[in-house]
Amino acid sequence: MQLVRGIKVLGFWCLYLLMGSLAVNANAAPNGAVLYQNNCASCHGLDGKGGVGVPLSLPSFLHSVPDTYLKKTIRHGRPGRVMPPFKHLSDAQIGSIVKHLRQFAPGKPPESLSRIVNGDIKNGKKLFGQYCASCHGEKGEGGTGTGVTFSRPRDLPIIAPSISNSGFLLAATDSMIKSTLMNGRQGTPMQSFLKQGLKEKDIDDLVSYVRNFEKLNQQQAEKQGEKESPVMIYDSPNDFKTTIENLKGAAVAENFRIIREQDLEQGLVKAGSERGREVVIYFCNFQTLNEVLGVDPRVGLFLPCRATVVERQGKVQVMAINPRYLSAMYNNDELDKFCDRMHSIYTSIIEEATL
Amino acid sequence: MRGFLAGFLLLVTSFATNASESDGLILHRSAQNFPEAMLALQTSIGEHGYTVSRVQRVDIGLTKSGYKTDKYRIVFFGKSSEIRAVKQSQPQLIPYLPLKIVIFSENNETLLVASNMTQFSSLTVNENTKDLLQRWNNDIQSIFSEIK
Repeated sequence: MQLVRGIKVLGFWCLYLLMGSLAVNANAAPNGAVLYQNNCASCHGLDGKGGVGVPLSLPSFLHSVPDTYLKKTIRHGRPGRVMPPFKHLSDAQIGSIVKHLRQFAPGKPPESLSRIVNGDIKNGKKLFGQYCASCHGEKGEGGTGTGVTFSRPRDLPIIAPSISNSGFLLAATDSMIKSTLMNGRQGTPMQSFLKQGLKEKDIDDLVSYVRNFEKLNQQQAEKQGEKESPVMIYDSPNDFKTTIENLKGAAVAENFRIIREQDLEQGLVKAGSERGREVVIYFCNFQTLNEVLGVDPRVGLFLPCRATVVERQGKVQVMAINPRYLSAMYNNDELDKFCDRMHSIYTSIIEEATL
Repeated sequence: MRGFLAGFLLLVTSFATNASESDGLILHRSAQNFPEAMLALQTSIGEHGYTVSRVQRVDIGLTKSGYKTDKYRIVFFGKSSEIRAVKQSQPQLIPYLPLKIVIFSENNETLLVASNMTQFSSLTVNENTKDLLQRWNNDIQSIFSEIK
C-alpha cells in the first residue's frame, strides 16, 4: 500500500516537474532551429536546400524577400501547391523559424514596403504572355510538379512558382514582385527583366497584371468540394471466390497487372492461423505509377493500388481507399486531378466486380 | 493508477517526438542514407511491439523511366490483436490496414511518410477504437523520432 502511494507521489512530482519545465519553455524564446527541424525540414531539407519543397537557402532568394513574406508564407501556405498553412504555430514561433532561415544566407533582408504599383494591366498582360508565361504558365499557375523534386533533374534549383496562387499574392507585396522582376534571382532561371530590355514602366505594368490575379481568384467560386468518405465500399451479389475473380478480371481490363493476392493478416499472424475470408488484391499499372510519383513522391500511402474482398456473415463486400479523400491531405492540385481519375478507375473496377 | 500512468506516458511521448504533422500526413526526414534508415525503421517498428508483415518495393522500373532514385519502399506493419479489434469494431477501416509507412531516398537523406490515423476517429463512436487510433499515431511519431 505504501509502495503504491510512493509511486503515486513520485508520478505527481514527475508530472509537476515536466509541466514546470514546459512553463519555463513557454516563456523562453522559441527555438527556431528546432521548430524548423520539426516543421519544415522534412520537405525543405535539413540544410534548406530543398527536397519535396523548394530550396530556401538560396542567397538571392533570402536577400530579396522581406521577413513578412516568409512569415505570411508559413502562416497561410500555398493552397493547392503542397506547402500547407501552419496555423498551429504562434507568431513568435514563426518569427523564430524566419530568424533561423536567415542564417542560411546572412545579410540584411529588404524592408517590407506596402507601396502599391499602379501599372497598365492591359500592357502587363501582353508582356506577361511574352516574357513570363513560358515558365510561370499562361494563368500564372506555375511550372508542373508543384515544387516536388523527387523525379525532376537536380540541376534545376526550383520549379517556377505559381504567382497567381492566393497564398503567394497574400504574402508578396508589389514592391517585392517588382524587385524580383528588376533584379531576377541569381541561381534560378528567373532573369532580370531590366537586363532583358524592359523599362521600369513595363515592369510596373507586369506587377499590376500579376496583382490582378488576386481579383480573378476572388471571382472564381470557392471550391466547395463534397466531403469525401475515406473508403469506397460496395456490396457484392456474388460469392467470395467469384467476387475475387471478377475483381481481378476488372482490374486487368483496366490495364492493371495483378501483382499480389494475399490474406489481410498474412505476415501478421502465424501462417495458417489467419482469420480468412479477407483477401487483398494488389494491382498496378507501372506507367500510372511513374506518373503519380512524378506528381508527388509522398503518394506511396496510396500504393500499390489495392482492393479488399471481405466476407462477413455470408455478405461479401469490396472495399478500397478513396483516392479523392487521401488526395486532400497533400494540398496538391495536380494530385487532385490525378486522384479524380483514379477514383473513376477504382469505381469502374469495383462496379464491374460487383455487378 | 494505471490510467494516470498511461496519461503521463502519453504526455511525455507527445513532447518527445519531432516528426512534422500536417493534417492527415506525418512526415519525417532522416539524415541517414536509405539502407541505414530502412534498418532503423524496421528495428524501431519491432521495438514498439509491432510486426512487419511485408515490405513492398514500388521502385521497379523507376530508374529506367528517368527517376533519380530506385529506393522507394512501403513497409506494412501491425499488431494482430489490434488489427483484429479494429476490423471488428470499425470494418470501414479495413482498406487502411495493416498500418503502413512509406520510405524513400532523397540524395543521401531519407524521407518517411505515414497517415495520421486519428483522422479516422470521426468514423467511430467506439472510445476504445479512438484510443487505439491515437496510440497508433503516437507510436508512429515515436518510431520516426528514433530514425535520426
